[in-house]
Amino acid sequence: MAEALKKEDVLILNTSWNLPFRHTAGAFGTRFFKEIQNKKIFGVRCPQCRRVLMPPRPFCEHCYVTCDEWVEVGAQGTLEGFTICYVPFLGLPTPPVAMILVKLDGTDSCLQHILREVDLSDPAKARESVKIGMRVEAVWKEERTGSIGDISHFRPV
Amino acid sequence: MRKVAIASVGLTRCTSHRWDVTYPELIREAVDAALTKVDLKPADIDAVVYGTMDPFDGVFASERWNVDACAAAGFHNKPFMKITTGGTTGGSVGLGGYYHVASGAFDTVLVVACQRVGESLEAQTVLNTAVDPIYERWIGGGAISVAANQAVHHFHHYGTTEEDLATVAAKNYSNAVLNPYAHLRTKLTVEQALATPMISWPLHLSDCCPSSDGACAVIFASEEKARSLAPKPAWIHGASQITDNYYLGDRPWFHDWDSLALLGRRVFREARIHDPLKEIDVAELYTPFTVQELIELEALGFCEKGKAAEFVRSGATALGGKLPVCPSGGVHTTNPIGATGLIRIGEAALQVMGEAGDHQVPNVRRALAHAWGAVIGFHTLMVLGADTP
Repeated sequence: MAEALKKEDVLILNTSWNLPFRHTAGAFGTRFFKEIQNKKIFGVRCPQCRRVLMPPRPFCEHCYVTCDEWVEVGAQGTLEGFTICYVPFLGLPTPPVAMILVKLDGTDSCLQHILREVDLSDPAKARESVKIGMRVEAVWKEERTGSIGDISHFRPV
Repeated sequence: MRKVAIASVGLTRCTSHRWDVTYPELIREAVDAALTKVDLKPADIDAVVYGTMDPFDGVFASERWNVDACAAAGFHNKPFMKITTGGTTGGSVGLGGYYHVASGAFDTVLVVACQRVGESLEAQTVLNTAVDPIYERWIGGGAISVAANQAVHHFHHYGTTEEDLATVAAKNYSNAVLNPYAHLRTKLTVEQALATPMISWPLHLSDCCPSSDGACAVIFASEEKARSLAPKPAWIHGASQITDNYYLGDRPWFHDWDSLALLGRRVFREARIHDPLKEIDVAELYTPFTVQELIELEALGFCEKGKAAEFVRSGATALGGKLPVCPSGGVHTTNPIGATGLIRIGEAALQVMGEAGDHQVPNVRRALAHAWGAVIGFHTLMVLGADTP
């Protein structure tokens, strides 16, 4: 009976999942990352609603039409959303880390990335320096490999 | 579509680790409770709908392990369907049970959902595996970061404060004390909430749900069966689901929840509800994070946009208020993820049936059950009522 059972007497088995995967970036992602390697950021324009979508994708899910017009967008943009994580989670980036949504100039959607070069250590102070509507810019890595990490981070303009 | 009602609800005690029972044993606890209450035997069940979010349990395709505990296998060999839709899993299995009966395919359907988030040693890391692996996963995002973005926006656009969120937290904690099935059952004051650690600005620990183990079973029945099983069945007056697109960055207006507002209008029209605040007596909203309770109240038209904090401060959402919200303590105090949406449906049904116990709201004619999932883009809603629709 559950009432008689003591936690210290129950056998607990520890297991884990550690599984390898490979994810294709597809033709659109591959081109996006190739351009990123040359410090260029591209989106695609939907021929129907005219939104410039980024990350680029082969179809607009609002209009359900094919997108094939590539548009270069800015490396500067406006902060549209953020949070600053203050606690460590297993296998996730070391806190404090400012996760941001930035609307790059010339796009109609936001890129998720991280913000650095701002003192985040004190939440009360950080709220004064990280704000919706602030201007930010991409900081490029010296050695680029064609991945999202080629943009090292964003920083305030 | 045939008329459908909920005839019985079975809940389990939820804690941070139900070390006293295995996964199938936890499910059987909920199923037994639901069957016993209306004196049903496994042979009386026509079909089973089951839901969970596998990776939290560390068991893939757990239906293989749990089908026996759902009264679906062995001697009985029932039709069995599994549904997984993230946070809305519990809401989706509820819809699955409803459609099974409404279609005329089955008369008595057992709907079961279970989750052992307590067996996962890091739920946020599991949630991160649900994020796009090409562009976004490396940032470390998960449910908390999305909810924190919603809070940042609500603060920015509507002037909501950390104190407002703490007020929601204190209300939910005080309700959970009355619910023997809830996980966190301690009082929490606004001051204590504000003193808890900052998790992801502006959400404190007190704004975030715990990781819970728990299960829920609900019996959906046709009109004739429901009347014979339950003295006061909870009738389904309206129910549906909605989906928004994946990329969060395509819709960065997190202070408003457009997809939920749209679904609310659809479901309220079906349930012939014109003024939700007047016509709904209690709401079990899906609020793993305090700020979501505010945005949901606004999206569902219980108050004007930007006025939810004021609405909560007025006491309207407390037990005894105009619209008690999450009298069970809600998702905020108990979150076995895949089961949580079904618990909302179960709690709403219990309120209509007058069987909610110490957190019963008096004279409930209509109750609302909600769940959200995916990248805050999926929602389910179900309106339950005391009157035959």
